[in-house]
Amino acid sequence: MTEPIEEVQDAPVQRVERGEAFLDVRNLQVHFPTDDGVVKSVDGVSFKLERGKTLGIVGESGSGKSVTSLSIMGLHPPGVAKISGQIFLDGQDLVSSSREEVRLLRGKRMAMIFQDPLSAMHPFYTVGRQIIEAYQVHNEVSKQVARKHAIEMLDRVGIPQPDRRVDAYPHQFSGGMRQRAMIAMALSCDPDLLIADEPTTALDVTVQAQILDLIRDLQREFNSAVIIITHDLGVVAELADDIQVMYAGRAAEYGTAEDIFDRPQHPYTWGLLGSMPRIDRERSERLIPIKGTPPSLINVPSGCAFNPRCNYAHLNDGLSQTERPELLDTGNGHLVACHLSPQNRRQAWETDIKPKL
Amino acid sequence: MVFAYLVRRVIGAVLLLLIVTAVTFAIFFLVPRLGGATADDLAGRYVGKSAGQEQIHNTAVRLGFTDPLYVQYGRFVKGLVVGQDYNYGTGIERCPAPCFGYSFLTQQPVWPDLVARIPVTASLAGGAAFIWLITGVGTGIVSALRRGSVLDRSLMSVALAGVSLPIFFTGLLSLSIFSYGLGWTQQGGINPLDETNPLWWAYDLILPWVTLAFLYAAAYARLTRAGMLETMNEDYVRTARAKGLTERTVILRHGLRSALTPILTIFGLDLGLLMGGAILTETTFSLPGIGQYAVIALRANDLPKVLGVTLVAAFFIVLANLVVDLLYAVVDPRVRIS
Amino acid sequence: MTTADTESTPVVPKIGEEILSVDGLVKHFPIRKGVLQRQVGAVQAVDGLTFNVTRGETLSLVGESGCGKTTTGRLLTRLLAPTSGKIVFEGRDISHLGEGRMRPLRRDVQMIFQDPYGSLNPRHTVGKIVGAPFRLQHVKTEHGVKRAVQELLELVGLSPEHYNRYPHEFSGGQRQRIGIARTLALRPKLIVADEPVSALDVSIQAQVVNLLEDLQEEFDLTYVMIAHDLSVVRHVSDRVAVMYLGKIVELADRVDLYEKPMHPYTVALLSAVPVPDTKRKGKQERIRLQGDVPSPINPPPACRFHTRCWKAQEICKTQEPPLVELKPGHQTACHFPENVEAPAAKADQ
Repeated sequence: MTEPIEEVQDAPVQRVERGEAFLDVRNLQVHFPTDDGVVKSVDGVSFKLERGKTLGIVGESGSGKSVTSLSIMGLHPPGVAKISGQIFLDGQDLVSSSREEVRLLRGKRMAMIFQDPLSAMHPFYTVGRQIIEAYQVHNEVSKQVARKHAIEMLDRVGIPQPDRRVDAYPHQFSGGMRQRAMIAMALSCDPDLLIADEPTTALDVTVQAQILDLIRDLQREFNSAVIIITHDLGVVAELADDIQVMYAGRAAEYGTAEDIFDRPQHPYTWGLLGSMPRIDRERSERLIPIKGTPPSLINVPSGCAFNPRCNYAHLNDGLSQTERPELLDTGNGHLVACHLSPQNRRQAWETDIKPKL
Repeated sequence: MVFAYLVRRVIGAVLLLLIVTAVTFAIFFLVPRLGGATADDLAGRYVGKSAGQEQIHNTAVRLGFTDPLYVQYGRFVKGLVVGQDYNYGTGIERCPAPCFGYSFLTQQPVWPDLVARIPVTASLAGGAAFIWLITGVGTGIVSALRRGSVLDRSLMSVALAGVSLPIFFTGLLSLSIFSYGLGWTQQGGINPLDETNPLWWAYDLILPWVTLAFLYAAAYARLTRAGMLETMNEDYVRTARAKGLTERTVILRHGLRSALTPILTIFGLDLGLLMGGAILTETTFSLPGIGQYAVIALRANDLPKVLGVTLVAAFFIVLANLVVDLLYAVVDPRVRIS
Repeated sequence: MTTADTESTPVVPKIGEEILSVDGLVKHFPIRKGVLQRQVGAVQAVDGLTFNVTRGETLSLVGESGCGKTTTGRLLTRLLAPTSGKIVFEGRDISHLGEGRMRPLRRDVQMIFQDPYGSLNPRHTVGKIVGAPFRLQHVKTEHGVKRAVQELLELVGLSPEHYNRYPHEFSGGQRQRIGIARTLALRPKLIVADEPVSALDVSIQAQVVNLLEDLQEEFDLTYVMIAHDLSVVRHVSDRVAVMYLGKIVELADRVDLYEKPMHPYTVALLSAVPVPDTKRKGKQERIRLQGDVPSPINPPPACRFHTRCWKAQEICKTQEPPLVELKPGHQTACHFPENVEAPAAKADQ
């Protein structure tokens, strides 16, 4: 640190501001100004994540889950998105860091895998070359060493005959193999944080199961922090320790996987659970959908963004329409952003929701 | 597999050229007859004014105009492959293979004339292509990366002007400014390229190059810009950024590489087309190339020459097409046949 | 009004009667190569399907990519012509009907597509899109096309005021409703729905699933549902056919299939479905298949599943197991089926 003298008194404040957890996101806001108005894709999101843990971010399209992850990676084009808040990665605030500083972290300390591995890999370069490139940006090694490393990585993610497959092009791989190769690429620099954005949505069920197993195994081996972003509650249940449910750019509920699946508190979470048919339960005669459609992010409903679709908003004497509920702890770190009183909530869960799930 | 593909493509190219010759031949030799002209009428142009009917008819027979069309076409194709003898009354002229026809007006075979003009056209097309590739693609990249900026908008306005203004306007304008006005450049004509005077060669051609390149550069700038805007939004470009590559690498190695592929196709075809003669440019700058030859031939209604030019132009386009398709397979591994 | 309309259409529903029967259906897409473009092989997209659909039921075709379920859907609606085999709709062989003679039948057999946006013309208003079938089939409507379209919009849960809007003004779920309204315009008897909800958000999926069920009840519709999501399939189906590389490997009643699957592939497929239950997390009792689905260009010989099957024996590589009824209403194509009660079947290992 080479700070000018007048900034010395700021230094202690800086230290206090440092995040405690490995990844510490505080009041993140990502707004996109457009001709039609400001799109508030993420509007005040906070969470923490330790090494070796997996956070699942669940939500529908437009909930802000992907935008959140792209902000952590610093992948929003400059000048397009207005980002505020703080993202501490191992104590360093990424929001206030320069683009070059964030670039040097990308791929090395944090890496990302994407939904569709076919479009996410360059069609003109071999798989090996793309992994080598990822390794060589952050490691001063010869091409031979990097190539050897790429083959090892391909082997590690379960690609047969890696020394031959390294010279294949992405289109010559099957969907599952491509996603394995993507994972190999993401893990080539041994990152501390891995973000997986819908990593299995484009894959077949049997292949999805393989990839989820692989991510779980690799996480144990590398002891990295993992964020898994998905709309599929089944997938998060497979992997996540903690789950954040997002709606219209904010967290509706946050808790351990057990909190979310066994004692969910937010009507939106109830809605998600009721909407999906369950293969592991008695078949219900009818699904319980959430009424209406997700809101426009330019014109988010006032008060609780979920209130027009909520079956319980009337219990709150108009508070739902006027005041935005804060994300509050209901005990043991299970956070909920809802105006319902604990009694009403418990009653709704016990009588209306739980029996039908 | 690659070999089979190549063989198939070459056979296809040859067939295509045969069809082109047949169609061109038919147009030039059949159409006058449909208009009511007899073989004698056609031959009339190649004898003296005072020739009698019998003399004309003899000429028509001698030149083969009285034969059925397919016989004439067969003779023409045979001439392409093994050469042909032309009987012009007082002697027999040998037109060696590839015989592109024989001009009865100038009493010369077409091919040597054409061959002599190819270097001029090639010089013009090659140099202009070099300039427009560099400036057009460069402009396109800069515009795409600064989308919406003042720079982007002014570059694109210039490009729009370039696409809209015809060569005979920009060419004459630049001639009147740089050549007649300032006296910086030649007023037309060309020094052939050999090892003694490459600078003179370039000096003679700089104005036609720039004029021709301006038109194409403008089009290429627009194409490159559109292509870059599209590829920079691709998922794999996001992946490249996620790896931590520098923006420069992301743009050049990942974005531009894909954006250039469709441009390669267009470039090949444009170049092929120009090799068949840049008619307007060659005429404006008095360059003795294939295009100018075509104009002269058309004015004189010298059909064998026109046919020859058409064939050469078609040949270059078909060749360019083939080369582009093969190159495409090199550039885009997905096209390769495994 | 809506009810009056339905009563006027002369549908005499006979639940339980066969509406569609498919026999030995094959679709191969030729692959050509070489100088002469000889046919060197074929994508064996659908390779010998035999099944019936009963009036009023929902039959689902499930399977992973490359299993041929989408091709089957397109064959049933005759958007594709079969290579061989027979499709009989209401007693009439439609397998090789030409476009002209197929046209009247298109009223009875309709299709819902996966991508609700791609299948709606962006330059047409909702009114024009939903009203198109009336115009194409020259159907007279009692109170005019506009009225009929607005009734349809209400039926699928949209507002009649949406008549003059364009597809891009709607959300994914609403677009799918528009697609469904168009499908229902001519009161079809059979609807082939290709992944009708897989492009939609979870909360919207449920709305559309419920809508499809309500419509089925109201209009005695028969559905052939094509889907990959096994949870959704269980919810909507009466019977389920599991496909693998162009063949049906198991066809059974929904309850039977999900509770006592007999084909190892079905077993693996079901156990691979991630379940939102934290108690099952980490318990590795699941069957994990190795590798990906092989290419339908060169499918494995005999039993096509043998390359990934943990029960495969020599016979599986040499002899194709026929699709046979091992239990009433439960067909399986396997030499070593699971969940067999009678010890008569070949024992494993």
